[in-house]
Amino acid sequence: MIEINPLVIFFASIFTNNMIMSNFLGMCSFIAVSSEIKTSLSLGQAVTFVLATTSVLNYLVYYLILVPLGLEYMRFIVFIIVIAAFVQLVEMIIERYFETLYYSLGIFLPLITVNCAILGVSLFMIIREYDLIQSFMFGLGSGIGWTLAIVAMAGIRKKITGAKIPKGLEGAGITLIITGIMALAFLGFSGIVQIQ
Amino acid sequence: MSTIVTTVLTISGITGLLALLLSVANKTIANYGEKKILINGSKELVVEGGDTLLSALIDQKVFIPSACGGKGSCGYCKVTVTQGGGEILATELGYVTPKEREEGVRLSCQCKVREDMQIQIPEELFSVKQYDYHVAFIKDLTPTIKHLRLELPEKEEIDFKAGQYVQILAPKYKGSDEEVYRAYSIASSPMDTKAVELYIGYVKEGKATTYVHNFLKEKMKLTVVGPYGDFFYQDSDREMVMVAIGTGMAPIMSILKYMRSNNIQRKVTFYFGARTAEDLFEMETLEQLQKDMPNFKLVTCLSKPTEKCNWSGEVGRVTDMLQKYLTDASGAEAYLCGSPVMVDSVIPILKDKGMPEEQIYYDKFE
Repeated sequence: MIEINPLVIFFASIFTNNMIMSNFLGMCSFIAVSSEIKTSLSLGQAVTFVLATTSVLNYLVYYLILVPLGLEYMRFIVFIIVIAAFVQLVEMIIERYFETLYYSLGIFLPLITVNCAILGVSLFMIIREYDLIQSFMFGLGSGIGWTLAIVAMAGIRKKITGAKIPKGLEGAGITLIITGIMALAFLGFSGIVQIQ
Repeated sequence: MSTIVTTVLTISGITGLLALLLSVANKTIANYGEKKILINGSKELVVEGGDTLLSALIDQKVFIPSACGGKGSCGYCKVTVTQGGGEILATELGYVTPKEREEGVRLSCQCKVREDMQIQIPEELFSVKQYDYHVAFIKDLTPTIKHLRLELPEKEEIDFKAGQYVQILAPKYKGSDEEVYRAYSIASSPMDTKAVELYIGYVKEGKATTYVHNFLKEKMKLTVVGPYGDFFYQDSDREMVMVAIGTGMAPIMSILKYMRSNNIQRKVTFYFGARTAEDLFEMETLEQLQKDMPNFKLVTCLSKPTEKCNWSGEVGRVTDMLQKYLTDASGAEAYLCGSPVMVDSVIPILKDKGMPEEQIYYDKFE
């Protein structure tokens, strides 16, 4: 186990170790859904929820099943299956019982089943040897950090809607360039805290 | 050896457990039971809940037009939901205008049946049916236009109005990895209830037209859904002005054949435009129609006749012909069919000549 205050991990994963800005994970939905602030916020909430819960679930599956049986090397496939099944189940529950939540967040769930940020968090927490509380805080923080990044991007894209952008750079192209510049800003935070 | 066995057993165990969990959830949580859909306040359907409205309706043989097959990317499958269906989804907003939103218009491929619903759809959609037609013949009309005759299975009939269209389903083929529905106007007479005839022009890289031109052969099966459309022959005594270019002739041909069969004596002038003599087709059929219908007059014009066309007829676009031959149009009605550019440039001319806008019917081929 690694001796870091879970709160430090929480804040670090929002700012200094942001999933998108420093690890470039979860880019596909980041680019595809960042055209409007409202939808990107909903997607961010969905990602945060799934990250926080699957990090705990995968932690339990890993340390209670895989480690005792010596099957650590199977973690990739197991994590993917657990994430996919969990997201599917949550979608069913939300669709049935939480109607308002379904309209704001439920329709985005299938989009993030295979989001690499989610698998990334589960793998990082194993590699970095976090304990259960640290893993949960890491998952929650990463989700909030991802939301922060996508909402910021949606805000910038809204600002540049009237801008004259070269034809070949419209849409995804300019988004990637902006992501790069934003990542530079986030890079300024790096080294402030150590979380691994 | 034993590690391999434990690995396989453990992974299968975890996967099996999750699969079990999900199938139980599917049977309980996602099971909405039977729901009722009331259409236009009169027809009631009982469907399995949980599905999208579009597929629930298709299961009940109510065919809502849909070009993308329920992916939420074409915006054709709009229905008005007056009760049930929940709020509009983010995936629909791009296709529904604020005014339609107020009226309750939804994309039926996105809206799910989770409670009893009441919806409004155009009455004529009830007569829309899907069948596997078989291709009776494919003929070349011009180097780029094919004439198809599709015949219905035994004992089935199609009931359409002259001017309406059907959608054909082009299956996957080498070079196209998805099934696509494309709309084509019916060129045959509605009296011929056993078949539909279509004129299909070749569009470069068009998925359905490439299929029809390069892969479809006689005696093969082709899935057709229809009829659709609010462009069709209107009963009245007004003089008729018809304008078409290219394959836009199809619905006009259907209307003319319908009028001949029913001995309708209204005065009709049909302005037909093409680029060169090579692009003209079905001229003998139109000649015959002129002989059979004393009040029918055909004006054919070529916009770009070449030397070898040997063309002594009218030269110019259909708009030029209208300026030349149409005098007072205030008591007439018009049927326009062809490219959006043609339709948009003909409408102002007709209005100029005194035709009221509500007497101009058109079908834009996109």
